[in-house]
Amino acid sequence: MLRRKGPSRLLLIFSTLLLGGCALNGPQSIFDTAGPVAASQADLFVYIFWFAVFVFVAVTAALVYAVFKYRRRGDDDGSVPDQIHGVAWLEAAWTVAPAVILVLIGFPTVRLILETESRVEPGQQDLVVNVTGYQWWWEFEYPELGVTTANELHIPTGRRVVLNLNSGDVLHSFWVPRLAGKRDLIPNQDNQLWLSADEAGLYRGQCAELCLGAHAYMRMRVIAESEAEFSAWANSFQQGGAQQVQAQVGTPQLEAGKALFKTKGCANCHAIAGYAQGQAAPDLTNFGVRTSLAAGVAENTPENLTNWIRNPQELKPGNLMPTLWAADDPKRDEEVAALVAYLESLGTQAPPTASVQARR
Amino acid sequence: MALGRQPVPHSAPETRALLKRPTWETGLWSWLTTVDHKRLGILYFVTTFAFFILGSLEAAVIRVQLAAPNQQLVTPDFYNQLFTVHGVTMVFLAIMPLGTAFANYFVPLQIGARDLAFPRLNAFGYWAYLAGGLIFYSSFLLGGAPDAGWFAYAPMTMTEYNPGQGIDFYMVGLLISGIGTLVTAMNLIVTIVNMRAPGMSMMRMPLFPWMMLVTAFLVIFAFPPLTIALFEVIMDRSFGTLFFNPEGGGLPILWQHLFWIFGHPEVYIVILPAFGIISEVIPTFSRKPLFGYPMVVLAGIFIGFMGFAVWSHHMFTTGMGPMANSIFAITSFVIAIPTGVKIFNWMATMWAGRIWFTTAMLFATAFLVTFTMGGITGIMVAVPPFDAQAQDSYFVVAHFHYVMGGGALLSFFAGIYYWFPKMTGRMLSERIGKWVFALVVGGFHLVFFPQHFLGLLGMPRRIQTYDTGLGWDFYNLLSSIGAGVLGLGVMLFIFSLLRDMRSGKEAGDDPWDGRTLEWSISSPPPHHDFGDLPIVTDRDPVWLAKHPELIEKRDELSESSDGAPEAPNAADDEDELVHIPGQSWFPFLASVGLFVGGMAAVYHNWFLGALSVGFITLCVYAWAFEGVGGHYLRVRPNERRSTGLASIRPLSEMAGKGQS
Repeated sequence: MLRRKGPSRLLLIFSTLLLGGCALNGPQSIFDTAGPVAASQADLFVYIFWFAVFVFVAVTAALVYAVFKYRRRGDDDGSVPDQIHGVAWLEAAWTVAPAVILVLIGFPTVRLILETESRVEPGQQDLVVNVTGYQWWWEFEYPELGVTTANELHIPTGRRVVLNLNSGDVLHSFWVPRLAGKRDLIPNQDNQLWLSADEAGLYRGQCAELCLGAHAYMRMRVIAESEAEFSAWANSFQQGGAQQVQAQVGTPQLEAGKALFKTKGCANCHAIAGYAQGQAAPDLTNFGVRTSLAAGVAENTPENLTNWIRNPQELKPGNLMPTLWAADDPKRDEEVAALVAYLESLGTQAPPTASVQARR
Repeated sequence: MALGRQPVPHSAPETRALLKRPTWETGLWSWLTTVDHKRLGILYFVTTFAFFILGSLEAAVIRVQLAAPNQQLVTPDFYNQLFTVHGVTMVFLAIMPLGTAFANYFVPLQIGARDLAFPRLNAFGYWAYLAGGLIFYSSFLLGGAPDAGWFAYAPMTMTEYNPGQGIDFYMVGLLISGIGTLVTAMNLIVTIVNMRAPGMSMMRMPLFPWMMLVTAFLVIFAFPPLTIALFEVIMDRSFGTLFFNPEGGGLPILWQHLFWIFGHPEVYIVILPAFGIISEVIPTFSRKPLFGYPMVVLAGIFIGFMGFAVWSHHMFTTGMGPMANSIFAITSFVIAIPTGVKIFNWMATMWAGRIWFTTAMLFATAFLVTFTMGGITGIMVAVPPFDAQAQDSYFVVAHFHYVMGGGALLSFFAGIYYWFPKMTGRMLSERIGKWVFALVVGGFHLVFFPQHFLGLLGMPRRIQTYDTGLGWDFYNLLSSIGAGVLGLGVMLFIFSLLRDMRSGKEAGDDPWDGRTLEWSISSPPPHHDFGDLPIVTDRDPVWLAKHPELIEKRDELSESSDGAPEAPNAADDEDELVHIPGQSWFPFLASVGLFVGGMAAVYHNWFLGALSVGFITLCVYAWAFEGVGGHYLRVRPNERRSTGLASIRPLSEMAGKGQS
């Protein structure tokens, strides 16, 4: 099975120091691994990295030596140095030596390819998610749980998650560096990627394959949580949960927002379970539980949501959401506020999970 | 009798030419109709420089946009156009034809030929390349450049997602410039195989023509798949075929295979000429023969072969499965071995030499370090599990800029400093040269080294902006500052070029104590290059002519086929008659036809397209029947003796000199 982040941690620290103390940590760093797939990939990199350092230092040292030792000096007499045309054994040696290094790299490489890239049959324990990429957002469908959501992938820690990747338009690539390397989403091709998270947390990712327009803003979040929290989250999507959401809409502003969702045309593209069936844009069921909006571009706060709905092109240039109000529309502020209130209320009746709460 | 070696004087044949063959020697018309490999070489240099500057300006805008997080200086759409055009410009319109520029000028001089085998075809190659480049660039003025990246993955290029004309400009532009690349490659092969100087066996040929020979073969095998792919996209977009369109069951992945089975050899098409230049510069300035010449040649050939067996390493994340990924990882590892052999042989050439650190040699040394780094990161990204993280991140951006920029471009700088005196008769300032070197090499590393860290920190390529807080801000800023330094270096270089072209120090025929035939003739070379064709009995003929005492120490492989090569030169006391090929309108006119036809294809104007095809056919017909043309240049005996190998080596020592 895959090695977890173990002995190579130490090597990693050394390599970090070697690179002049450059910070290699970050929310999307491939070294801040949080799952076995990413950890094994980082380990393999560190293993190769040391060969690379060795080769580079050896070559550069020899070159620097030659540059200083054999440079033409001021007192050069113009004589011709020894005309050496080649030394067979030496050339044989530096043909074979790299080959040896490459064999040493090759074996762990092929082993890890077989471990991480072979197609897996999802078992009882595994969570299956159908991932579909669209310009410029992600759809996550949990076929076993009957849940469809967008841009935020909830997964339980410690369980293998098998992602079936497909695209609804152009190519995309699913990349959450702290959990696993990327895999492309290609129309008419069923790709698969599996990963798992060791610890609860919020992991950032973004589309890694150019998909025109707002490619830079096609981000996502993976929220890994305990089994209990994950079940609670999934349950809030079940039939009852969705109905409950509707039932509790009560204040006039919420009612107005709910009505506007249809009259302003939101429902033509967006779905809300039990209320709207749009298919062209992210499913907004339980939107209030999300930590982010516009495909991970901004935190899900009422202020950000207000800006997003008022002027979508400002927050996420190039995206396909229409601007629904002219700047001088007198009803703009009131209607946006109602929509924001309505959207933020979705799903909040179901108790938000503790870890999500903490991260808001 | 090898092609073109022995012109037989005869009276000009009667021909029914459509246009009289032009004879201008100066002015615009002379440049439009020239067939001289040196003038075409200069046209290539000027054109590639112009495109290089355009590509650099695009890169500069990109770096300004990315200098700080959340900037909105350019829109995402325009940003996509910028990096697409930058990539296409650098790969197809700047670096690759820069190799052709060197080849055009120096392959004939190095192998002792008076021109390429097909001078008019050579002109056509240049004009077709320019036509393709202009079609591609006109997209900026005509409603939007292509925006799908330089490898234009389907289905982004389909009309549904890309309704504008940009993609058509890309497809048609590459198609037409590809015609130019192809004919020039064939021309180079025929020239190198057939027109080497008497006595120059393959194993006596300098490394640069050797690498150009391998490159030309790569072009011939690599461009057809690209041509097919481009045609298929044009068909999909124009006539609704379904090669790549997933809506109708097409396979987007097919484009990737077709593109990369061209695209990976393309990397070697770009880098092998660079290897050739390095293999000329290092021995000259180390005052030693190239270490392990046969190995360096064989390594180049092996790289050429293997270049066709590694294309899918650009596609490790497309879900090809563990078997394909393993195999392509291993083939990619294998290609590192001959590349390493070359690096080691170049270093061994420097070893125990008397290294003269001119600007050219400094660039060559910087090339060794920089290219080694690019090679090492190349091995890293050839490891599919790591590539799963690195693919489409800035790590890959750093890697291929180390190969293309640090590899090809630095060696081209070396080549220009090395050969500028031969082309112009004047030296490029060495004092400014050292500054150019420091700024270009320092700036280069400042731009691209931090990008490795950006990739490791999870920054994908081709994003118009990024959020703060991801650890990317500092490295991006560094990289953008580096771009400024690099830009300064390039500007200083251009200043030096423009100034020293006219007022540089006189170079003389052989300023570097050179080794190969081009250093035996005047600077700049006369129109006919060689009065007497040189008779070559050694690998480094000029060097050994200057140092006859070294002949007994030469490489055994260079000795093998001595004898007395048949020399087609006239008897010593007679005038040598050198055939100068006639200029022609038709290569240029045919390319005008290609340009118009290409535009017609972009705009689906099939009537104009048909007219263009007719016009091109007419040009080709007229070209074929315009007759031999040209004239004979009379070279007096004393002029014959004043340049060339004969002027260096005492006549009495010259083995098998011309008796015919």
